[in-house]
Amino acid sequence: MARELIKGNVAMAESAIRYGLEAYFGYPITPQTELLEHLAKRMPELGRAFVQAESEVAAINMVYGAACTGVRVMTSSSSPGVSLMSEGISYIAGTEIPAVLINVMRGGPGLGNIAPAQSDYNQAVRGGGHGDYRNIVLAPASVQEAIDLVGLSFDLAEKYRTIAMILADGSIGQMMEPAELPEMRPIQRKDPEWATNGNPNRPRRQLTSIYLEPHDEEITNLRLLKRWQDIQTNEVRYKEYYLDDADYVIVGFGTAGRIALSAVRAARAKGIKVGLLRPITLSPFPVAVMDELSQRAKAFLVVEMNTGQMLDDVRMAVRGRAPIEFYGRPGGVVPFPDEIMSEIERMTHAKLNSQTDPRMAWLERALAR
Amino acid sequence: MVTLIKPTFAMEQNAVYCRPQAFTDVSTHYCPGCTHGVAHRLIGEVIDEMGIRENTVGVAPVGCSVFAYNYFNTDFVEAAHGRAPAMATGIKRVLPDKVVFSYQGDGDLASIGMAEIMHAAARGEHITVIFINNAIYGMTGGQMAPTSLPGMKTTSSPNGRDVETQGYPVRMAEMLAQMDGAGYVVRRSLHDPANIRKAKKAIRTAFEVQQHGLGFSLVELLSTCPTNWGMTPVDALGWVNEHMIPAFPLGDYKVSPAVAQIKF
Repeated sequence: MARELIKGNVAMAESAIRYGLEAYFGYPITPQTELLEHLAKRMPELGRAFVQAESEVAAINMVYGAACTGVRVMTSSSSPGVSLMSEGISYIAGTEIPAVLINVMRGGPGLGNIAPAQSDYNQAVRGGGHGDYRNIVLAPASVQEAIDLVGLSFDLAEKYRTIAMILADGSIGQMMEPAELPEMRPIQRKDPEWATNGNPNRPRRQLTSIYLEPHDEEITNLRLLKRWQDIQTNEVRYKEYYLDDADYVIVGFGTAGRIALSAVRAARAKGIKVGLLRPITLSPFPVAVMDELSQRAKAFLVVEMNTGQMLDDVRMAVRGRAPIEFYGRPGGVVPFPDEIMSEIERMTHAKLNSQTDPRMAWLERALAR
Repeated sequence: MVTLIKPTFAMEQNAVYCRPQAFTDVSTHYCPGCTHGVAHRLIGEVIDEMGIRENTVGVAPVGCSVFAYNYFNTDFVEAAHGRAPAMATGIKRVLPDKVVFSYQGDGDLASIGMAEIMHAAARGEHITVIFINNAIYGMTGGQMAPTSLPGMKTTSSPNGRDVETQGYPVRMAEMLAQMDGAGYVVRRSLHDPANIRKAKKAIRTAFEVQQHGLGFSLVELLSTCPTNWGMTPVDALGWVNEHMIPAFPLGDYKVSPAVAQIKF
């Protein structure tokens, strides 16, 4: 396929279609609405299911129903809508069935705003809903990566019978860039051994998330965790930039990671040995590479479009072996590369201390600005 | 001493009253005298008569019938509280040739699931809903339901439902009948054999509506909860007749012209 100029939301929608999406259920919310609109047009003309639900609560429960039949199904929303979907996400996790969810994040909490933010990191990587489970969370930094991760998310969701969430932000959703869509793949409807698809000539099947006997629920929780261990072992993904000889390591995901890369290049032009680690799987978090970097980096700088959520995962991975600094722009404000460049320069001159709370140190600087 | 004899195949051949094929071979967890068992039985018989057992996906609710999926010998899923119509929508939209039904109580359907049921009807989803109205929350121990009658004592309206502060009962069949997408919406009662026969015919009609692609279908069944009403099973049946039917009149609230033509 040729590269074309395409908007992130539309690209993710069309990518899902080409990777075999059979059903979409959603509710309009900015800044992801183009995704729903594209599918509203395309799915019916392909003879596939599309429903604009009465709410995000209904949408995720429609996803839940369709997912129980074993077809490729997806929904998309933005931060407040994902909160409403948390109920269904938990049930899907408890029922151990595959589903894909795209969160095009905006500023929050509450109604917040419609500007790009990364404020739902914790909600996404810690599961979001009630109960003991984890989601696979994938963070694209470009329209092309978003296209590719949609395909990967279906494969991972089905392989591990889990939820795979694309955690994008408003700028990935709204931005147009040149990208290449995959070829249209024919629908291959499968009959997984668990699917409640009403097929004849076999024993009945049931899908439920209720285990009234605590020992049964405990076994379920342990099974989910064992599966998560496999996911941690097999599915960690990240991108490294200029890390081979780096004294300083920036960690940033999605749009913040991409902006940080511009700053890294500017710093390299000035002779500063700085590199970037951009996690693609936020969950499972790339702990092993962080562990290796912790043993040779002089310091880390975490850059996020929130008040330091991934920062906690970085701190757990570094375990006090190197100082960590933080720079955030929450609330829908997108940082400029210059701001991150200033942080890099500050870091190379400052006397850093691994005992300082990087979030509170940053807060003091941010409030003084 | 009572000896339990498992019926042989030959005995079943001669039996006049057998477990429906659409049932699994287990006992239910329902309280003695509760009419959930009657409602299940009617659905099972209808599924058998229509020959759709291996073509059906059921959706269980949250409430006393949360374990309905254990009792039907069909594919079944267990929904979140009130979301059964949304879940059924998801299933039916990807499997339009299958029969999809939900089984929901009044707390599930008329309170927390009000949005999902109204919009499933508005969209004319080709699903069948069996709605058990017993005017109380059974599983959590007898709290006030959206269908509890004015003055009715429950554990969360201990002095009787005060309409000034706790509002009025919700009449779902009447409301759902207003939806253009609904093909068949009726209310029946399970309090005596004549009404049970009428209820079965309505359930059969509702499944036929789905098979004929004539839109959303719902059968509301006035049902008993002897345990939480604090009555004997017989008194509970009488209470349905004396108190519930006046508040929830039986009848056909929506029978679209196309549905009226169905023959079976």
